[in-house]
Amino acid sequence: MNPWTFVVGAYSVAILLTAALIIWAFGSMRRAEAAAEALTRE
Amino acid sequence: MHAFANPARFLRFARPATTWLLLIGLALAGFGILAGLTLTPPDYLQGEPVRILYIHVPSAWLGMAGWMGIAAASISQLVWRHPLAAVAGRATAPAGATFAAICLMTGSIWGRPTWGTWWEWDGRLTSMLVLFFMYLGYLALASAERERGGEGRIAAIYGLVGAINLPIIHYSVLWWRTLHQGESIGITGSSIDNSILWPLPLTMIGFTCLFGAVVLMRIRADLAETKVEARMRRMSR
Repeated sequence: MNPWTFVVGAYSVAILLTAALIIWAFGSMRRAEAAAEALTRE
Repeated sequence: MHAFANPARFLRFARPATTWLLLIGLALAGFGILAGLTLTPPDYLQGEPVRILYIHVPSAWLGMAGWMGIAAASISQLVWRHPLAAVAGRATAPAGATFAAICLMTGSIWGRPTWGTWWEWDGRLTSMLVLFFMYLGYLALASAERERGGEGRIAAIYGLVGAINLPIIHYSVLWWRTLHQGESIGITGSSIDNSILWPLPLTMIGFTCLFGAVVLMRIRADLAETKVEARMRRMSR
């Protein structure tokens, strides 16, 4: 099997999972801070 | 550390720090990955799969560093009752679990062309898998305690006891000489040639900054959620 298949596979796993973690953390932070901000304004 | 006991003071530091860590992390990890894929030679023995090193080693370091962070937060909570310690422990666990999972998966993919197997019940691999399951246990325990309105002391004790696994992971390659290679990068030097090694510090620092940014984002989310819950409770009275 082509060795690059393993290299690309490993990098894909690492980049996708890291990106998913950052997007999830960023999204949940923005939602929570927006809710807290809205409540403070009320 | 107690300077950050006040959430408002902590947020004044955390808001710009999140952005800077994210930007520096993306730049360093991005360049390190690009360099590792295009600017370094293949290994004379392993060939191209050696490039997996640049993501596998940082994820192994962060999988373990995450639990070190949980253990430090646990001590801070149990001994000094730092108000942000439980929040910090809860915020560190998802990032630590993700990097432990990345370490296991990239290691498995690396193992197939170099060892001829996806998995072996070797000391290092098994202790790392145990660490991943411990993260899942910590996440479940911390989340259950938070929902119950507890202080998170049970999760803190679990976090502290779980730190026993860290030296086991570190020394596993010396105690059980099975499939995983021994230490090739130490404090005094490395057995890897510099022509291959140089992008590794870039990805190590880059992914560590991204890890830090994720932890800060989770702490900010947790503090905001707590603020909303407290306000809702006051309003319902």
